[in-house]
Amino acid sequence: MFQGGVKLVDFKEISKGKVIENFPASEKVIIPLSQHTGIPSKPLVKKGDAVLKGQLIGENAGFISSATHSSVSGTVIGIENCPLPGGRTTPAVVIENDGKDIPVEPVNRDWKNLKSEEIISIVRDSGIVGMGGAAFPSAVKLTIPKGKKAEYVLLNGCECEPFLTADYRVMREEPDRVVEGLLIICRALEVKKAYIGIESNKRDLVPLLRETITKFVSDTTVEIKVVPERYPQGSEKHLIKSVLNREVPSGGLPVDVGCVVFNVQTALAIRDAVCEGKPLIERVLTVTGLVRSPKNLRVRIGTPVSKVIEYCGIEITEKIKVILGGPMMGIQINNLDIPVLKGTSGILILPEEILPEEIQPCIRCGKCIEACPMLLVPAELGRYAENKRWDRCAEFNVADCIECGCCTYICPAKRPLVDLFKWAKAEIRKAQK
Amino acid sequence: MTEIRCSPHIHSRETTKSIMWSVIIALLPATFGSIYFFGPDALKLIIVCILSCYIGEVVSNLIFRRKLKSFDGSEVVTGLLLAFVLPPSFPLWMAGIGGFLAIFLVKELFGGIGFNIFNPALAARAILTVAYPLEMTQFTAPLSYRVDAITTATPLGILKEGLGETLPSLWQMFIGNRAGCLGETSILLLLIGAIFLLYRRIITWHIPLSYILTVAVITAVVGQNPLFHILAGGLVLGAFFMATDYVTSPITPKGKIIFGIGCGIITSLIRLKGSYPEGVAYSIIFMNMFVPLIDKYTMPKKFGYVKKI
Repeated sequence: MFQGGVKLVDFKEISKGKVIENFPASEKVIIPLSQHTGIPSKPLVKKGDAVLKGQLIGENAGFISSATHSSVSGTVIGIENCPLPGGRTTPAVVIENDGKDIPVEPVNRDWKNLKSEEIISIVRDSGIVGMGGAAFPSAVKLTIPKGKKAEYVLLNGCECEPFLTADYRVMREEPDRVVEGLLIICRALEVKKAYIGIESNKRDLVPLLRETITKFVSDTTVEIKVVPERYPQGSEKHLIKSVLNREVPSGGLPVDVGCVVFNVQTALAIRDAVCEGKPLIERVLTVTGLVRSPKNLRVRIGTPVSKVIEYCGIEITEKIKVILGGPMMGIQINNLDIPVLKGTSGILILPEEILPEEIQPCIRCGKCIEACPMLLVPAELGRYAENKRWDRCAEFNVADCIECGCCTYICPAKRPLVDLFKWAKAEIRKAQK
Repeated sequence: MTEIRCSPHIHSRETTKSIMWSVIIALLPATFGSIYFFGPDALKLIIVCILSCYIGEVVSNLIFRRKLKSFDGSEVVTGLLLAFVLPPSFPLWMAGIGGFLAIFLVKELFGGIGFNIFNPALAARAILTVAYPLEMTQFTAPLSYRVDAITTATPLGILKEGLGETLPSLWQMFIGNRAGCLGETSILLLLIGAIFLLYRRIITWHIPLSYILTVAVITAVVGQNPLFHILAGGLVLGAFFMATDYVTSPITPKGKIIFGIGCGIITSLIRLKGSYPEGVAYSIIFMNMFVPLIDKYTMPKKFGYVKKI
């Protein structure tokens, strides 16, 4: 178990019992060419082109980049600038849906006959990125840097953000595909041992997952680890700490301690890509909070958020905020034309919070120090950032902050610590250039 | 639609205000106790201290042209604690000066809440001790002991001066039926408040435990009764309610223990070797000065700074 973190009310009961529904594709989808960490993909279509469901519309543009596919069949209306959560904009392929859902030729492959490089290449061409939120290209993760060795694969089924239940539903309803995906990842990485990490509030999945594992393997290749329910248990570094008691060195990657971590839905997407040739064009997300009927939905990438919310019905129209992702690390949006992206794990509607307008002074209660899972000193860092002492922020390792929000959640003075740390990091990066 | 804010989008319910009011609630049993033991004098003193602290806040906001912040209860805490460390018969106008200085001089001139170096109530007590030494050392007996409003000595005073008065029994000291500063006498009522603060996780065990244990060990080593030393003077009040003041104590758990031990050593030294009978206030003020230094050397070991496997 890791030190620090906070105990949160999980609010998962709201949507935990809702079976995944297929959300009908909207008449128009907006598919940004940059939904992932790294270089945006290069568009391959132009206005007027006819596209099929699953057709490649943006190709890989570098090592850390990802391919992009159409999530519907229809006609390209154009390539337009599209707002992204967080204020950036990016070119996006806008496609008018013909409603026919004509797919590209499906394939049928047995992964057991595939070599590591072949799997990685399929993953790259299928546009698969980490679906836990960070959207890091999976093919890059599967390519172990020279001189490093992966010993374990960890399947991250923690879903430690309150409210979200999409990964839970996927594990409940599609355990076979998830476990098969995990085994494919193991093969791609040539790893002999995998762990499935789930938080104790999802303990009911253990028998189901255990049974599923025995369908595929008879030995202890895949082990289930129930980890305590404590935010941010689903952070890569903290899951590794809880499962294997290894600490990823500061500035390093999980592979530095022999681990590679994948989200549940990423494993499923990898399985579908490898076995059925299906690229990443849809995902399961939770629509919850102040909506009339909370749901777990399978949504096409590129569906405007407004359509999904309408489908679930908003309860209150004023004094609400819309968050993509969970309440702790999600991004608030004001523009509901923003489309669902590969990394969108949920759409959360929360009531507006009343927070002080000006930054209140720190009363040095020390609660943030107890809460910080990176064992930093947020109180001091916050004071330095407030006074623009970027040198001191760097010295006190602001770069190690994972922006999990524990300090800000717990702060009685409601100081916007994460905000300050993001600012400090940006300033330090600017100075280094 | 509401204004865009950075994550996280939920916050705990604890606020600076709720913490301050919890401390006030924790001090209430001892407040009522002091009124019971020392009568209306106690109530008057408490009211004057709180009011003067609030006046100090308003005046400093006017002088420094700051917006009047919402009433978060921190002045009530300072006022109550100041009253608690004054003798019950202390002249009210002097107490008013103390309350004003606690906020204006000790807190606001250093930058206001969160920035003061010294515990405001204790620093104000130190100022008053220097300014009015006679009034600060005249203690009246509790009502039940009183024949006719005579002054008497505190248990530590009796021990130090050897005046031939008999010491109250440990049980009487635990209940609070003895001479002393207003709020320090009833250990029972203080502990009720302290348990509430520990339960609410507003204070942690680190400072009170290390402080009290240090005093107990040192006094036991020199052959005195450690229990007497825990019950006498302002140790329990100081350890649970003064030394744990967030702003003026270390922020790290390890630092808190060092701070507590430091307070314990200095308190014992003053009680055993100094010319004053009691040393809690000075020991905490003294250790307040070391807080930045203690913090600097007790920073936690950060995640991911181990040897590579």
